[in-house]
Amino acid sequence: MSDKLSIVLFSGTVDKLMAASVIASGAAAMQKEVTIFATFYGLFALRKGDWKQNRRVSKDFEDYGAQFLRVLEEKKAPSWLETLRNAMDIGDVKVKACGLTMDLLSIKLEDLEPIVSEIVGVAHFVEEASGGQILFL
Amino acid sequence: MEGVKIAKESDARGSFCPGPLMEMIRLVRSANVGEVVAVISGDEGSKKDIPAWINKARYELVGTEEVGPGASRFLCRKNH
Repeated sequence: MSDKLSIVLFSGTVDKLMAASVIASGAAAMQKEVTIFATFYGLFALRKGDWKQNRRVSKDFEDYGAQFLRVLEEKKAPSWLETLRNAMDIGDVKVKACGLTMDLLSIKLEDLEPIVSEIVGVAHFVEEASGGQILFL
Repeated sequence: MEGVKIAKESDARGSFCPGPLMEMIRLVRSANVGEVVAVISGDEGSKKDIPAWINKARYELVGTEEVGPGASRFLCRKNH
């Protein structure tokens, strides 16, 4: 069994951000080395404070979006960002930013949530992920 | 689980997956070697999750017991 899990976080919708952070938590608990490579909209969602107003949901289940977000609030489910921070507390989880997205949108590391540790290129990510499991979300 | 001395206990009812497991990990980390800690969870997934983690981390699952409707208490000994 592989001891590495790499997640390509492409989407920036709350549902997929939750899925990514919950899977990262489980993998961290089970002692895997977890790397989240945030790119495109996944990186948008990691801009400082963006999580507070992010109410986007996946297009394919958009009709359930409002209900989904309401249930999260009513049941006081922790935000995806909090879940991710908790995963980092208990295990080996790193969040890295895609250099291409950063360049295209003129985003700097200091514009992102402090959980993002560094900016990397795709080759670095592929190299680091090699031999492990990769998820694209 | 009579006769087992619980050093720390946390009621994680109302917390969602993976919250109760995270709570168990935190409690075990903060405990001294030899101590038993307990977490109460209302999350059905915990019944598989918490024992799987205890096994992976090579701690001891002292026991699992039902506590009220839809809730279980998990006892873990930090044996190393």
